[in-house]
Amino acid sequence: MTEPLLSVENLHTHFETYDGTVHAVNGVSFEIGPGEIVGIVGESGSGKSVTALSTMRLEDPGRIVEGSIRFRGTELTTATDRDIRQLRGGGLSMVFQDPMTTLNPVFTVSEQIVESLKVHDNPEAQTLREYLRIPFFHDRTDWRKKRERVVELMEEVGIPNPAERLDAYPHEFSGGMRQRAMLAIALASEPDLLIADEPTTALDVTIQAQILKIIARLREERGMSVVMITHDLGVVADICDRVIVMYGGEIMEHGPVEQIIRNPQHPYTQALLECMPQGTQRKEKLETIDGQVPAQLGGITGCPFASRCDYTHDICWSGDMPTVDCGENHQAKCCELQRVNDGENATHSSNTGGTL
Amino acid sequence: MWKFVLQRSVSAVFVLFGVSVLTFLLVFFTPGDPAETILRQQMGGQTPSAEAIEQFRANQGLNDPIPVQYVDWVLSILQGDLGQSYHSDSSVTQLIVDNLWPTFELALAGMAVALLIAVPTGVISAVHKGGRLDYGSQLAALLGLSMPNFWLGYLLMLIFAINLSVLPTSGYGTIDQLVLPAITLGTGMAAIITRLLRSSMLEVLDEEYIRTARSKGLRERIVVYKHTLRNALIPVITIIGLQFGYLLNGAVIIEIVFQRPGLGRLLIDSIFARDYPIVQGLVLVIAVLFVVTNFLVDVAYRYVDPRISFEGAPK
Repeated sequence: MTEPLLSVENLHTHFETYDGTVHAVNGVSFEIGPGEIVGIVGESGSGKSVTALSTMRLEDPGRIVEGSIRFRGTELTTATDRDIRQLRGGGLSMVFQDPMTTLNPVFTVSEQIVESLKVHDNPEAQTLREYLRIPFFHDRTDWRKKRERVVELMEEVGIPNPAERLDAYPHEFSGGMRQRAMLAIALASEPDLLIADEPTTALDVTIQAQILKIIARLREERGMSVVMITHDLGVVADICDRVIVMYGGEIMEHGPVEQIIRNPQHPYTQALLECMPQGTQRKEKLETIDGQVPAQLGGITGCPFASRCDYTHDICWSGDMPTVDCGENHQAKCCELQRVNDGENATHSSNTGGTL
Repeated sequence: MWKFVLQRSVSAVFVLFGVSVLTFLLVFFTPGDPAETILRQQMGGQTPSAEAIEQFRANQGLNDPIPVQYVDWVLSILQGDLGQSYHSDSSVTQLIVDNLWPTFELALAGMAVALLIAVPTGVISAVHKGGRLDYGSQLAALLGLSMPNFWLGYLLMLIFAINLSVLPTSGYGTIDQLVLPAITLGTGMAAIITRLLRSSMLEVLDEEYIRTARSKGLRERIVVYKHTLRNALIPVITIIGLQFGYLLNGAVIIEIVFQRPGLGRLLIDSIFARDYPIVQGLVLVIAVLFVVTNFLVDVAYRYVDPRISFEGAPK
């Protein structure tokens, strides 16, 4: 593998709450190569969003207590605010989940895109006079010059009639259009890595497909890498090269998409795939995983999935789980992998609709 | 925009009609016969004769039926005539006009002082939530809120006018005579606005679009003063507008402490003197001022928050 663009090693992000410390991310390690598109999959509370936010150093009010995040050779966990601004302005961008709340309601869409362009030009020259909008005080010559570039960006993300929509406010846009605008904001800084945190979850299905297509196309055209965070394995199967399955703040399984979908090793991944409605015949009961995501107060000893796993054994409840290689670039974190593989047919073929 | 103005004007007419009926009737419910009171004053404390009272009532139209009196009153008001003061030779209109500017000037200066203190303090307090600066400004706000106006006024007067002799103690007319009253008035308001702005800022800082702003690589300064403050001001503007409306009623205590003319003082004096035409005129003018400030607040609201359109329903 060539020099990775992003490498996360043994990342631990904690949240201090009145009830105790929540271990949201617990020793996560992965690498993203140039031009790769990698999916991070998991249920709500699995730590996937916190992993992404930590990578952007937006983990506040959480804290990165251990581990390292290196982007283009720069260590982010110890970087200064200045370095982080530089990176956000020209290397790392993020798209968030709910476009209804991620755009500032009181500024026009173009205003918010131009900001991103300006930070990209020069992250250190952010004067109040240029950025604030106060009549007779502000200096907006540069903002007007950038409007053409905004039109290009809006076109690139598929906003129709961009020139007419420059001065529209976010509330005048539909959800899908807002997410496109959000993409334009992210792309304005010419990122090498785009982190998309459930970018389609809040949108309806037809729009979802459009947004995914746009992201896939942009990655192709710009040669940027993408981290696609989702709880939808269908999304992963559609556009990702590799997939990371997270649960309880840890990586459960990690490997090429093909292998994970066809031949999942970890009991959690297997259970997750069984829950996909595509595998279920009509009128058959939809598959679920019994139990709940464990509360990560004070951290978890043993395997976080132990309480819901069909294969749980005494040793699952304590100690660190080993990460086992189970194919080329394919690892699963499970201490009972041997037994899981042997028992697979016996326990599971009866539950699933069979095909996948 | 014009549709909005029209809508508001129509509702303003109804409000003012209600206010005018109430103020007009108010006089009939207050104890004491104005005719007798005025005549007694004019005659230097002697009790007026029944004929004199009757004569006075007839001259002033006080014997007409109440609806007739009301219509007469409204018609003359529409011509700009609010009546004649019982005690002085000036017309009510003249008295109110004379006292309007001092009040307006004080309200404006007091509001300026309040905003100059409250906006930076509220922002800093929210940004450093839980820190020393926050506790410090919270304490200051509490102090500002609990200090009675008259006490602060005398205190400032004692320090700056008497001990340091840098500002005049009282009076009206020059800029330096405005400084102490404006500070006295502004402090209490600053305290309210600071606390409001702080909580509003804290709420906005938790919004997801603030995270978006940070993810672009914006400096914290821009995130706070552009993205957060603009949104945090929306609810605060309502309170600022209402406060300003109250200030136009006249800050009576401050006007008395600093010996300034003003609407509040005029109102109190007229009430004590049972000078009903002035009281009626003032209440009406104050109601108009309230309606106008509220209208301006609504316009400002729409200017700051593009989600609210002038047509009412969101676009």
